[in-house]
Amino acid sequence: MQPNKLKTHLMLLRITFSISAFTFGGGYVVIPMMRKYFVNDLELISEQELLDMAAIAQSTPGAIAVNLAVLVGYRISGIAGAIISCVGTILPPLLILSVISSFYKAFRDNKIISAILKGMEAGVAAAIIDILIDMWQGIRKEKNWLLTLLVPAAFIANFIFNINVAIIISTSSILCLAQGYFKKKREGKPNA
Amino acid sequence: MHNIILILLATFLRIGLLSIGGGYAIIPLIQEQVVNNHGWLSLQEYLDIITISQMTPGPLVVNTAAFVGIRIAGVSGAVVATLGSVFSGFIISILLYNFFKKYKHIDSISNVLKGLLSSSVGLIASAAVTIIAVAFFGTTTINFSTINIAAIMVFAISVILLRKFRLNPMLIIAATGVLGLILY
Repeated sequence: MQPNKLKTHLMLLRITFSISAFTFGGGYVVIPMMRKYFVNDLELISEQELLDMAAIAQSTPGAIAVNLAVLVGYRISGIAGAIISCVGTILPPLLILSVISSFYKAFRDNKIISAILKGMEAGVAAAIIDILIDMWQGIRKEKNWLLTLLVPAAFIANFIFNINVAIIISTSSILCLAQGYFKKKREGKPNA
Repeated sequence: MHNIILILLATFLRIGLLSIGGGYAIIPLIQEQVVNNHGWLSLQEYLDIITISQMTPGPLVVNTAAFVGIRIAGVSGAVVATLGSVFSGFIISILLYNFFKKYKHIDSISNVLKGLLSSSVGLIASAAVTIIAVAFFGTTTINFSTINIAAIMVFAISVILLRKFRLNPMLIIAATGVLGLILY
């Protein structure tokens, strides 16, 4: 293996491992963390690319934290990068759960750990709100009524009506496919 | 021994494939397989895992796979179950990524990707409301009798630090953890 490639792979392993070790309160918090490292600091991918990957990761079976790490690794270093990022992401929970499985009751009832986690809830919520505001502004910039409307529609469908995520994702895909198709047809007409 | 590893692998492959969307929606799905179908965990143990999963980093599906795997078949069980739980996401997300990359010049296809981003924002917002409710009120619903003023202030300051000063989100989460130690 070339030394450069090895360096990239070690970097991927180190960053995905440390991000995963901080993934509290659901997988969404990995999006702002990935942005911090891969978009802002290392400038390896653009913000739009990361958001597209997040959309794919969210729309694919499995955990968004793992899927997004796989895609970032794949984008930076192909299949090898995807495998390394995947391993880096599943190692912390695998190690931690394996270790505490024998004394998990003591862990569960530990007051100090509970206090730290209770405090973290507000920080996790803030990190997710921060990225949500940026994502929402990006969608507004598209100036496409369907794309803008899909945000509250998906929210209401999921939060109020508890509609299955797979149904929400397929419906929005069909609507956007149709919109793209009819737009193309309308734009094509004057020349036809 | 050999047999149980294969059953673990097959079960978590299935769970990984069906657990789309993540979050609280997949809790009953995993329960169906691990508690009801295979009896690997009692209901109480499974509820404990959900609690522990919220106390430790990592996705619920990976945490459950690791926990069930190690209890049923040791370290090799944990590794096999965990790999099974992420396998379909690994393959499908790369396939989808390549699909959108290949056809990004076709308007209707690139519009679908934009639509996935829009619906993702709605879905993440839906999860965020639950996360905020837990942080502010200690329950998954909005309940003003158990309102936590300190948490709301920590949240507001964190949002300002993230948006105005672009601080590292990991730093914010670690700092709020330390604050929790002082506050609670």
